[in-house]
Amino acid sequence: MLNAAICKKFPGFTVEVEFAFEQGILVLFGPSGSGKTTVLNCLSGLVRPDSGAISLGDRIFFSSVQGIDVPVRKRRTGYVFQHYALFPHMTVKDNVLYGVPGRHKMKVKDRYRMSVLEVLEMLKITRLQDRYPSELSGGEKQRVALARALMVEPELLLLDEPLSAVDHAMRKDLRQELRQLQRIWRIPFVLVTHSREEMKVLADEVLFMKAGRKTSHVDMAAKRSERGLLSGEAEDERTAAKIYPFHAKNHESPVHDL
Amino acid sequence: MQLKSCVKNTAWIPGLFFLLVASVVISLTLGKYPLSLEEIFGFLSTSCGFGSMDGQKYELFKNIIVDIRLPRILAAVLIGAALSVSGASFQSMFINPLVSPSLLGVLSGASFGAALGMIVSHNWFAVQSSSFLFGFVAVLISVGIARLYRGDRLLMLILGGIISGALFTSLLSIVKYVADPYNQLPAIVNWLMGGLSMADGNTVLFTSIPIGIGVLVIVILSPYLNILSMGDDEAKTLGVNVAAIRMTLIFFATLISAMTVVVGGMIGWVGLIIPHVSRMLVGPDNRLLLPVSALIGAFYLVGVDDVSRLLFNVEIPLGIVTSLVGIPFFALVLKNARKGWG
Repeated sequence: MLNAAICKKFPGFTVEVEFAFEQGILVLFGPSGSGKTTVLNCLSGLVRPDSGAISLGDRIFFSSVQGIDVPVRKRRTGYVFQHYALFPHMTVKDNVLYGVPGRHKMKVKDRYRMSVLEVLEMLKITRLQDRYPSELSGGEKQRVALARALMVEPELLLLDEPLSAVDHAMRKDLRQELRQLQRIWRIPFVLVTHSREEMKVLADEVLFMKAGRKTSHVDMAAKRSERGLLSGEAEDERTAAKIYPFHAKNHESPVHDL
Repeated sequence: MQLKSCVKNTAWIPGLFFLLVASVVISLTLGKYPLSLEEIFGFLSTSCGFGSMDGQKYELFKNIIVDIRLPRILAAVLIGAALSVSGASFQSMFINPLVSPSLLGVLSGASFGAALGMIVSHNWFAVQSSSFLFGFVAVLISVGIARLYRGDRLLMLILGGIISGALFTSLLSIVKYVADPYNQLPAIVNWLMGGLSMADGNTVLFTSIPIGIGVLVIVILSPYLNILSMGDDEAKTLGVNVAAIRMTLIFFATLISAMTVVVGGMIGWVGLIIPHVSRMLVGPDNRLLLPVSALIGAFYLVGVDDVSRLLFNVEIPLGIVTSLVGIPFFALVLKNARKGWG
């Protein structure tokens, strides 16, 4: 269970958001400058909120009342950046193994989930192991970044517009893989996007944001089951398409699809 | 592709090492009393117990080579390597192609510290410690000022360095003002112009230990430097203790450049230019960049010292030559300074 109450003031702009989230993919959705990335950075610890509290399960990450601020490296959160942020001087394999502790790295299972080899296989990057980031396409780079973020055994995965720099065809595949990975890892994913399509396909829950504030928090899964639809990618797409116009009414914002 | 080839390009290291050894041997022959290569090798083999050399001649050669030329050449090697490694690591850790030990105020701080040490005490250890201490304070001031204000981080760090450098330059003026004008002042002024004429065996021996350790530690930490040069946020989310690593690197990079001040005074531009040249040659991977910078820096300073010793009848201070060579060179490469930053 991820609990967050965040208040962060910037000159002329305040982000003030409160939410709780159990499992699945939470999408932070809103136009540019609505404070989505700030929320993500507060969760990771890269930005320190002025006040509030953040906790994951029984671990408190931040609490202004108790004076707790766990440093980024001890929060066990994975972070996938928009522009991949791979180490340019390391091969794909070394990049992915960077955060993996211990010897025999390739075969160590992420406690109960998958080994590095299996993750590489699943993300279709096994054959790229010995290449350098400069030799990869955008989609491939983002797969490597994703694999690396998962291999540090995170208990929470944060993704900042992970698909926005990836070409269109690749984006569709990556969405499927993201959903699949979340189902296998069973840790909360928090994903920032300003693409409606992405939000529709990926989200289990959506936090709509505008000008630093939450405008609504919608449980997409509940909506889906209300309509008696089975889960699955095709249904997800259709459900989201059906659900979406309902939200569009209370959330008119200058969001543009990519 | 470029990065891959640069990782495999480790042939640079033995190649440059050979070049450096050759330049050291050739420099041993150069000077007011010219020696031939045969004489050098004859002397070396006699010292090792193989050759046979006339006793009186041997003593003369020993005086010239071991007591005068070798310490000086070794000092050039140490200073060149230290300034280049220090500059390269500062550039990588601040992701800023314009910083160097002198631009961050380290050389000014260390000069002030060393001058203060010279006035207060004649103990080598005191001079070295005070030089390092104030060099370190100078970096902290530059970085602190850069952190204090929002805005272009690249620019703020340069401005912080200018402020810190100016502060210690004025403090140095105070030291000069109160120094004994007949003995201490000329010594301080001469030494600050940057030169190796005072580098003797003892000085080189004393400073080679901290410089050796510092360069070694930084080279060992070079994989971490690669990670810092990618940006703090990315490194932090992968579990890297960014603050601790950066502090360690600043500590050693400052230590080695402060030690060069103790031996040779202020020698500017080496720490800025050599890392750029090396980066153009081998790319941004610090695991390769740092050793290559060390070797090229050492080679460069040995060469510059030869020029400063031989070009005119009177020796010109080394620091003046490095500036005269460095400034136009930097003006030329400024356009390409961003290249090779990956």
